[in-house]
Amino acid sequence: MKNFSRDISLVLGGSAGMGIQTIEATLVSVLKREGYHVFASKEYMSRIRGGSNSTEIRITNKRRASFVKRIDFLFALDADVIPHLEKRITSKTIILGERQKVCRGTTVCQVIDVPFTQFANELGNPIYTSTVAVGIVLGMFRADEALFETYLRERFARKGNEIVEKNIEAGKKGYDFGKHIAYNEGIEVNLSQNKAVEKEILIDGNDALGLGILASGCNYISSYPMSPGTGILTFLAQHKKEFGIVIDQAEDEISAINHSIGAWYAGARAIVSTSGGGFDLMTEGVSLSGIIETPIVVHIGQRPGPATGLPTRTEQADLNLVLYAGHGEFPRAVFAPGTHEEAFFLAQQAFFIADKYQIPVFILTDQYFLDSIRSFPEESLQTLTPENHIIKTDADYKRYALTPDGISPRGVPGYGQGLVGIDSDEHDEDAHITESAEMRVLMHEKRLGKIKGIREEALLPTEIGDVHHAEMIVISWGSNKGVLEEALIHIDDERIAGVHFSQVYPLPENTKKLFAKKKVVVLENNASGQFANLLKLEYGIKISESILKYDGDPFFVEEVVKRFKTLIKDFEL
Amino acid sequence: MIDKKLYDMPKGTDMAWCPGCGNFPILNIVKMALSELDRAPQDVVICSGIGQAAKTPHYLRVNYFNGLHGRALPPAIAIKNVNPKLTVIAESGDGDTYGEGGNHFMHTIRRNPDITNIVHDNMIYGLTKGQASPMSEKGLKNPIQPDGVIVDQFNPLAVALSLDATFVARAFTGDILQTKEIIKAAILHKGYALIDVLQPCVVFNKQNTYQWFKEKGYYVDEAHDKTDKMKALELAFDLDRLALGIIYQREGKPSYETLVREGNEPMFERVLDTAALNTLIKSYK
Ligand SMILES: Cc1ncc(C[n+]2csc(CCOP(=O)(O)OP(=O)(O)O)c2C)c(N)n1
Ligand code: SF4
Repeated sequence: MKNFSRDISLVLGGSAGMGIQTIEATLVSVLKREGYHVFASKEYMSRIRGGSNSTEIRITNKRRASFVKRIDFLFALDADVIPHLEKRITSKTIILGERQKVCRGTTVCQVIDVPFTQFANELGNPIYTSTVAVGIVLGMFRADEALFETYLRERFARKGNEIVEKNIEAGKKGYDFGKHIAYNEGIEVNLSQNKAVEKEILIDGNDALGLGILASGCNYISSYPMSPGTGILTFLAQHKKEFGIVIDQAEDEISAINHSIGAWYAGARAIVSTSGGGFDLMTEGVSLSGIIETPIVVHIGQRPGPATGLPTRTEQADLNLVLYAGHGEFPRAVFAPGTHEEAFFLAQQAFFIADKYQIPVFILTDQYFLDSIRSFPEESLQTLTPENHIIKTDADYKRYALTPDGISPRGVPGYGQGLVGIDSDEHDEDAHITESAEMRVLMHEKRLGKIKGIREEALLPTEIGDVHHAEMIVISWGSNKGVLEEALIHIDDERIAGVHFSQVYPLPENTKKLFAKKKVVVLENNASGQFANLLKLEYGIKISESILKYDGDPFFVEEVVKRFKTLIKDFEL
Repeated sequence: MIDKKLYDMPKGTDMAWCPGCGNFPILNIVKMALSELDRAPQDVVICSGIGQAAKTPHYLRVNYFNGLHGRALPPAIAIKNVNPKLTVIAESGDGDTYGEGGNHFMHTIRRNPDITNIVHDNMIYGLTKGQASPMSEKGLKNPIQPDGVIVDQFNPLAVALSLDATFVARAFTGDILQTKEIIKAAILHKGYALIDVLQPCVVFNKQNTYQWFKEKGYYVDEAHDKTDKMKALELAFDLDRLALGIIYQREGKPSYETLVREGNEPMFERVLDTAALNTLIKSYK
């Protein structure tokens, strides 16, 4: 008897164009409606057809948001899946697939035969095999068949009755087959279901961030496509009508950022979305925003670099890039969501801080985060009231009036009696070019002085476990929140606790004391420990160890747990 | 008509241009054109890049976005999109517009925003002290090409025409009245309007002087059919004699801001539709 009662890792593998995405989308939706906690993440190759891609769906009885190495069930849609996922397959992995296709060329191949071709023939079209596959999983789970049918009706309603009925038939064939497998192979699934989950929102990182951008009152985007930053451009384009958003596909990233800064100058709320390679080109715009004190919000979906790097994989190695982008000195802020709810909130905070302090603000995500799907209650989406910091100008308006906190009220052209000038050269209060040494110092100090307020408003990190009594603190930032949380649960040792930062620059001052007299370990998805270095700079604390990964994949829970165990020994905790 | 003096900077404003420079008349012409067209300073925005010409917005009283080298056009497009009620002028040098900003020049023409692009064409880099610009003539000696420029000149008029720009003109700063009429027509034109203004740099360009431009330039006559694109291209390709005036103009092509947004109201008046946001959030259930 193979019993699964808490946590299942189900992986779908195949080549691009085989419909893995559809199976994933359908499966997570139905399972969520069934009351299971789901978390899905994917890895794929930089190609449109072929290659070998996979999606992991975790079905759990508690909320989880991380990637595990273990595979309990593997749906292999073609022969490349098994060599591709070799390192993750063990004797415990139950592999399902069409034996004839999957086992081509191998002698030993333990696969539960799922005759997809036969199903396709019976149904008259291979298009229905994805629904069959979903049915099989639900059958093995003995999920509610009626719910499945309702879902299929809704999903295919637009395509007409015939398609709906065919899908229901496909779903039923799969379902019966799944039940039959479970019986034959002695597979028993007893995951507890939770009524409340049914009503939750199911969303990927990209759309969660997109909703936050909408909630911030954003109404303008000029960007140039680059994965995985393109998703935000697409998301906003799809909702441009309801929210009155201007969409401009720029000729290049240089244009995109200069264009978006122009939009803010005229009174819009603009964002640019890109990835590290595109952002390289935007750095001149970052320093422009710095000196003209015109806000800009930049979203960077990180992927491994340098240059074109690994276009579809994940990494957290662009922190240094955003910290130091642009020349000269000026204040900035950097946010990095760890969860979907955080992305929704941080997008609004990014616009708020950019607008209030008139500075460039960055939102750092990564491929893993943007592509991962999770459910959570709607109530955890926190909204800020969008504030517009624009003022109506008087005739004697001065764009760069010197003020104690460094913030000069921001007017826009055509609103009020004043004239609004901005200048990329050093300038006086009236925005006119100056080479006066005194004015240079006054203006420079005015701009730099704003960091004080920005730091005071910095978001506090999340403490995981009993940080005060722990001997070792593991720090994460951005998309590693889920894996840190889960690894700490597995370790279940009160000597270790976690601290997660979702605002990564500037850091809140008073948090420094959390780390006094502790072993500090930083977990991050890059090779040089960029956040560890920043912590040293900002807090002057000693970092004992870094847990790093830079092969293009996110951390697996298992490898983090293993590192924790060695660290406990090494530190003689 | 708005009093032209309204656009004047206070007496004693520090001007960085050299005495005798062709930039001065252009500045005066722009003020005259705005005044005759009755544009209140509050409703005008001049965008510029970097260079001597790009300093123009500092010498007249309107709103201005004096951004980065080569980048006058992207913010100009955005400003017009955000508030179509504004009169938006992008005004910069030939190096700024055709060199550093070449890609934006091309793609701005394709978009056809309702903005006026005045290029101060002195066929040289002024601010950085006399290097060749894309407009420099072959053979022109300069600090970087002491034996003379070895490549062909850029041809902004021909490029604009081939990208279907709807208003293409050439003017000469030495001729105030005619240039003023061309710039007024450009501002009134609905769509992207390019005016390449020949402008002597009296310090660094000893080859293309007032005299040289006077001898080379001639106005297209009354009978010139502005809608004849082939004729316009022919004029654009003639570099022995430089045709002045509106070479090409066509009405009716939709301007970019009318394509990317609805209505005319400034975008800072927009408020978030929270009901639409809530509906969208619920659609993820
Ligand atoms: C990115 C960048 N590169 C180079 C420069 C230096 N630079 C300033 S103005 C200029 C050329 C300006 O030439 P043009 O546009 O013809 O204007 P002019 O000074 O002749 O009026 C250059 C190269 C700069 N400011 N920024
Ligand atoms: S350098 Fe040339 S273009 Fe610049 S102000 Fe002097 S004369 Fe004019």
